[in-house]
Amino acid sequence: MSLIRLENITRCYQMGEETIHALRGVSLEIERGEYVAIMGPSGSGKSTLMNLIGCLDTPSSGGYELNGARVSEMDDNELAAIRNREIGFVFQTFNLLARLNALRNVELPLVYAGVPSGERRRLAREALAQVGLADRLRHRPNQLSGGQRQRVAIARALVNRPAILLADEPTGNLDSKTGEEIMALFVELWRNGNTIIIVTHEEDVARRARRVIRLRDGGIAGDDRHKPASGERAVITPVAQT
Amino acid sequence: MKFLHHFREAIGASLDAIRANKMRAGLSTLGIVIGIVTVTLMGAAINGLNQAFIRSISSMGADVLYVSRYDWFPANQAEWGQWRHRSKINSAEAEAFSQRAVSVQAVAPVGEDDATVKYQGRSGNGVDVIGTTDGYRAINGAIVAQGRFLTVFDAAGTQPVCVIGSAVATNLFRTGDPIGQDIKIDDQFYQVIGVLEPEGAMLGWSLDNRVIIPIRQFLQQYGDDEDIDLDVKTGNLANLPEARETVRAIMRQVRHLRPGQPDDFTINQQDQFIGWFHRQTRTIALIGLFITSLALFVGGIGIMNIMFVSVIERTREIGVCKAIGARSGTVLLQFLIEAICICLFGGVIGLSLAWLATLAVSKWLFPASISAVVAGASLLVAVATGVASGLLPAWRAARMEPVEALRSE
Ligand SMILES: Nc1ncnc2c1ncn2[C@@H]1O[C@H](COP(=O)(O)OP(=O)(O)OP(=O)(O)O)[C@@H](O)[C@H]1O
Ligand SMILES: [Mg+2]
Repeated sequence: MSLIRLENITRCYQMGEETIHALRGVSLEIERGEYVAIMGPSGSGKSTLMNLIGCLDTPSSGGYELNGARVSEMDDNELAAIRNREIGFVFQTFNLLARLNALRNVELPLVYAGVPSGERRRLAREALAQVGLADRLRHRPNQLSGGQRQRVAIARALVNRPAILLADEPTGNLDSKTGEEIMALFVELWRNGNTIIIVTHEEDVARRARRVIRLRDGGIAGDDRHKPASGERAVITPVAQT
Repeated sequence: MKFLHHFREAIGASLDAIRANKMRAGLSTLGIVIGIVTVTLMGAAINGLNQAFIRSISSMGADVLYVSRYDWFPANQAEWGQWRHRSKINSAEAEAFSQRAVSVQAVAPVGEDDATVKYQGRSGNGVDVIGTTDGYRAINGAIVAQGRFLTVFDAAGTQPVCVIGSAVATNLFRTGDPIGQDIKIDDQFYQVIGVLEPEGAMLGWSLDNRVIIPIRQFLQQYGDDEDIDLDVKTGNLANLPEARETVRAIMRQVRHLRPGQPDDFTINQQDQFIGWFHRQTRTIALIGLFITSLALFVGGIGIMNIMFVSVIERTREIGVCKAIGARSGTVLLQFLIEAICICLFGGVIGLSLAWLATLAVSKWLFPASISAVVAGASLLVAVATGVASGLLPAWRAARMEPVEALRSE
């Protein structure tokens, strides 16, 4: 069974008279443990697709199954629970809460999950250690560098041990060196068994991924799997299903 | 359990948000502060007045009837005018009444006037001079602190003696012993035979600034045409209406009223005072309530406004929280609690200010205190204002779509 299964998903926006088709019938399956890059020109619908996969948005039509659950039929509260448990979202603009320190930012998803505070603190520390920020727990976002902020955001996305990690242009606001470090972190996380989907404009970011999905005009224009580069872990062979 | 967890977390998050914007929260809660100050002060004032009133009225026996030419609380000017045409109750009538009223516990004729009292160099004016008999003490619950009260013999005799109130005693004698001294009441000398315990004030009228003399001396000095009241202790609280009827019948005989003729006197009693008092406090309560609700309304609008601003400012934050799993209910709760906390904060400040004010009031004006009920009620009002003013903004925050919210700048 696929982790993610999209069936003929459409998403349109009504702008007065005009209807904008951001996605026109996207069908897609992603397996557990995959590392997928989504590419495509600006306005091709990448973010729209990510938001749908991340349950931040709901499709205009089509079916979405996540982990065997039919997301497209869920109500608000069920969607919130899915976002909380199954999905870790990393944004281009970090989106940390400015008045909370790193630790408390990372704790937040656990708060919504109802995890007691002691346990929460422990898990958050762990996640921050995992992204190499064990020594920055009490720093607020404005006391951290861009790369560090994105690491905090990644720790926040990881802390609930979600089924998928979604990142929409996670390096878009970072210089290339820091961007490299963040991408290396994603690879490491993927090696540890996380499923990762990244939206990117950069070919060399995409090159690290096992699979590149290309969008154009709200549709899939290409879906390539390539062999892992030398020295990297072999892809867990997905159980093919049709 | 789950809800409790979310509730606690929401409180923490709200306090964080308020702390991040202390100045704004403080200013916006000003209206609430004013509202709570008024509501508690009003409550304290009524409380204090009530206590003072109960204390002072307790000197007036509940089973005592006061037969008088006037009603204590005329309904209107016209009634007052009518009573002025009634003939005064004179000493002969008082005497006749006392003789016939055998079924009651005690009767005392009471004449009253204003006097200036003097002793050596010191003097006091506006002193209440009361001419009465020995029965007065039992009826009005006067307690003798020093010396003795008027006796039957004093009342019947011709010795000019007097019993003085505590205020008069301290006024004229400071720390000296008044007993046996002669004081001058207007133009005549009276020997002090007793001093009364302090009784405090009733409705601002001191009960201690008085001198009590035998009724005969009183009539001699102030004239036979003085109006006399009859204080009657019925000793029958259980059946006051019946006692009242008896007193009325005797009085009608004494006044030679024919059947069918209306009473030309009024029988007053304590509960008239209570009724009058409640009418006064109700007025205070209504005025206070009006000011309070106005202040709270304005304050609530202010909070609502600030909460709307806050929701719009934090749209992106709301989006983030929703993206990482906050439910609409959680967001609603957080903003609602934020509004409640701001109001509660105002409530606590208001309560503290009111507390200081009551300290001042009880020191200089009249005994006032904030009861636990008033304090609790005012905090409850603050919470209710928070709910009322926070609900709409919180609802708006909760309803935001996560993508839309995240997209906002
Ligand atoms: N809220 C919206 N209202 C109207 N149109 C929208 C909205 N969101 C997206 N669109 C439209 O949908 C299309 C796809 O947008 P999307 O953000 O998915 O593009 P993208 O591939 O992420 O582009 P970029 O690389 O620039 O981020 C665009 O044409 C955009 O104008
Ligand atoms: Mg985009």
